[in-house]
Amino acid sequence: MSAVQTASPPQEDVRRRSPMAEVLFSLLRSRTFLVGLAIVLFWVACALFGEHFAPYDPLADDIINALAPPSREHWFGTDQIGRDVFSRVIVGSRDILTVAPLATLLATVAGTALGLLTGYFRGIVDDVVSRILEAFMAIPVVIVALLAIVALGTSKTTVIVVIGLSFAPIIARTVRSAVLAERELDYVAAAQLRHESALHTMFVEILPNIIPPILVETTVRLGYAIFAVATLSFMGFGIQPPSPDWGLSISSNYGMIGGGFWWTVLFDALAIASLVIGVNLAADGVHGAFND
Amino acid sequence: MTEPAKAKNALELKDLSVAYRVAGRNRAVLRNLSLTIGQGEAYGLVGESGCGKSTVALTVVRYLPRNGLISGGAISLDGQDVMKLDAEALRRARAESVSMVYQDPGKALNPSIRIGRQLTEIFELGGITGQAATDRAVAMLNRVRISDPPSVMQRYPHQLSGGMQQRVAIAMALANDPSMLILDEPTTGLDATVEAEVLDLIAQLRQELSASILFISHNLAVVSNMCDRVGVLYAGMLVEEGPTEVVFNDPRHPYTVALLRCLPRGGQRKDQGRLDTIPGFLPGIGATIKGCAFADRCALADDRCRTELPPLYELSDERGKRLSRCFHHDKAQALPRATPADVAPAPKPAAVPVLRVAGLNKTYASHGHPLRAVKDVSLDLRPGETLGLVGESGSGKTTFARLLLGLVPPDAGGTIELEGKALAPKLENRGDDQVKAMQIVFQNPDSALNRSHSIRHLIGRALKRLAGLRGAALEARLNDLVRSVRLTDRHLAVKPRQLSGGLKQRVAIARAFAGDPRIVVCDEPTSALDVSVQAAILNLLADLQAKEDVSYIFISHDLGVVRYLSDKIAVLYLGRIMEIGPSEEVFSGPHHPYTEALLSAVPKLDQTETARIRLDGEIPSATNPPSGCVFHTRCPRKIGPICEQQEPPLAEAQPGHSIRCHIPYAELRRLQKPAAAATVPA
Repeated sequence: MSAVQTASPPQEDVRRRSPMAEVLFSLLRSRTFLVGLAIVLFWVACALFGEHFAPYDPLADDIINALAPPSREHWFGTDQIGRDVFSRVIVGSRDILTVAPLATLLATVAGTALGLLTGYFRGIVDDVVSRILEAFMAIPVVIVALLAIVALGTSKTTVIVVIGLSFAPIIARTVRSAVLAERELDYVAAAQLRHESALHTMFVEILPNIIPPILVETTVRLGYAIFAVATLSFMGFGIQPPSPDWGLSISSNYGMIGGGFWWTVLFDALAIASLVIGVNLAADGVHGAFND
Repeated sequence: MTEPAKAKNALELKDLSVAYRVAGRNRAVLRNLSLTIGQGEAYGLVGESGCGKSTVALTVVRYLPRNGLISGGAISLDGQDVMKLDAEALRRARAESVSMVYQDPGKALNPSIRIGRQLTEIFELGGITGQAATDRAVAMLNRVRISDPPSVMQRYPHQLSGGMQQRVAIAMALANDPSMLILDEPTTGLDATVEAEVLDLIAQLRQELSASILFISHNLAVVSNMCDRVGVLYAGMLVEEGPTEVVFNDPRHPYTVALLRCLPRGGQRKDQGRLDTIPGFLPGIGATIKGCAFADRCALADDRCRTELPPLYELSDERGKRLSRCFHHDKAQALPRATPADVAPAPKPAAVPVLRVAGLNKTYASHGHPLRAVKDVSLDLRPGETLGLVGESGSGKTTFARLLLGLVPPDAGGTIELEGKALAPKLENRGDDQVKAMQIVFQNPDSALNRSHSIRHLIGRALKRLAGLRGAALEARLNDLVRSVRLTDRHLAVKPRQLSGGLKQRVAIARAFAGDPRIVVCDEPTSALDVSVQAAILNLLADLQAKEDVSYIFISHDLGVVRYLSDKIAVLYLGRIMEIGPSEEVFSGPHHPYTEALLSAVPKLDQTETARIRLDGEIPSATNPPSGCVFHTRCPRKIGPICEQQEPPLAEAQPGHSIRCHIPYAELRRLQKPAAAATVPA
């Protein structure tokens, strides 16, 4: 808060710009956010329209040209069955950009609901639910994934559920602390003095006011989710061949590095890194815009 | 310390202009401001929030935020041109000759460093170290009347009360023996009793020190008690200046006249006429001002005022040099009222109480010890009547209000009866009719109004839930309600954040009145507002009461405001009623020694120096209240061991007027006789 704001009075009768417009304004002036957004939008465009501008069919093999190094025909070289790595990297963003955002969405919805519940009711509800969530957070994602795959079988849905539920407690914790602060504000007491239901108070009164921290947490979680999806597909859970998914490609090619065929792995790894960096930059920008 | 040349002024601002750069544009905040503070003089700067008071303080030591820029003029401090100082010289000037004390001492002190360390650090910067620095720190704390400095020096800021923190902040400001002391609203967040102590301290220190003082405050009474001269700031311009007493008793600018009229003075009451208000709003920062800045809000303004900037007329007479920036300075006091004074005669309160509270208690558990926030409170409230609740912070006023509303369940045993029917202790168990009959206007509208909802939603939802209205009926009632709190349609679509503090509080009042309540609790509803806005809100509350026959429970630390609105007063101390009775009797006395002290602590505009009664220290902890009469530890009229051993009963001294004191009523009358007339708040 700058001194201008503290010193500036309520001048006109009604002030024009809404808080949301102010956040948007400062987002559009944040270089961090714009760079991050550009990277993310590039990969989103690849996911949506990749096959139209990929030079080759990412699934078409060409055994004769297998393991060709980068050249004018194959910019990023070819893999062990001769598929064009450049085309595969372009189209490979599709699965991860479906699974990771859906997992994050699930985490946000579940986490927000749990956070509202524990923060609003406090007391025994809070104690019980929070302890369960903490116990859940103590288990590594990979172990949860293994158990889930045994129970549900490998599929994208499993990955979404596993990552979504593992991240939910983290979001719940953020939401809970925001709700605890909101709950002390008098508008909650005013709602009680209208005999509003708990559901109304939580979702209509409190929820709109804690959107900023939820948005920030969600963008941060998205970065982690991308990394988690890549890790799980590298380990063979979730996204299955013949998808050109990045993690999956690294997993099936990393044995080749020893033989000097670095291009089969490097570009996929760079793609994952760039997407994670892009999301994190955007998240940083969002955080800054809300906390100015 | 160099001997200051006698001719030099402590501070001289000449044609100072300051702007803030916001969204790519420079917006003027101070406009050609000139003022002079002589050696050893105390100069008060008053004005509503947003007129640039704090910017003056920041500019003097060039502490403006990064987007602030001094666009013209000169600042000279002790004969030194502040604008020409390089970084090092500026640092030295700030360290050696100017000190500032801010509004919130909690923020001015570092929370993670002990008081002693924070104090000695200042001396170390001046080259004094070790035991010598510690000795100086102890001396400083003694100087600001802190008893037992060694133990205070071992503590962290949060372990001190607000008044103590502000003393420490003042001690730090005085440590380098500054020639200029800038006090920016130094007592605004403090209780009246603590405020009085801090002001006394500053006044005493003035006798001991040679420092000149720039005293910034929105509180006219405080400035009138503390300062030799006063300047009235409006839209970054000085509109009036002169000796304090002369300006406040014989103002020559319509803005000063209007500000003074907004205050309930001389025991004015709601049935004796409305308070005057100032229509309109302060020009926004950076607004282009043609002519007089106040012209839009001034009933005396003519075409010349709107087109031509009035010069600062010099109106010096035998009472001293004074200035007024008004073409009509000679008839400023003839400023017509903005609000007609006449009030509809209030209906006589009916005899049957609408609310009856008996034996209400609330005990919290604090680290295993019982904390009795409210103890054995019984009272009645009649329809159309206002009960004022007064007492220092921590006296249980707000807890009592929350018990009534059901937001906090009381201890078992007490009863709350609304229109003859007992209310369930918990809000969930009360009937819809009972809930809508008792509503509240909170202190801080930013907290009380959901910032995500539009004004239409905020009021509409209350009408839907409390009045059970839908569709066209709701729409019609919404429009009525909005008009009755003097808002307009264009306010409905916006969010609370887009409205000023006064308008937000109107929304909160509209919401409280949605279900035609019988009782509205007003918890410090005007304490965050400027005086002109406060006056409008108080008028509104009085009008609504006369129209709707609603009862108020009015909580405020401002006794003038409480007196204006209340028919009946209850004085609380440590959760107990110390005195309750008709407003006039409680104020005029004889009253409880605590009431007497509270009244004496209020700074008054009409400077009549009276024997002041000061309470030592802070309100004791409610976990461990004093034995006997809980007030005996601070009571200036304690009569003996009986006060420590026996809790006095709340005895009826006059019909309807009860006092909890061992001193008999007749004796109180004798003791308080000489002061009784003068302890009326101005």
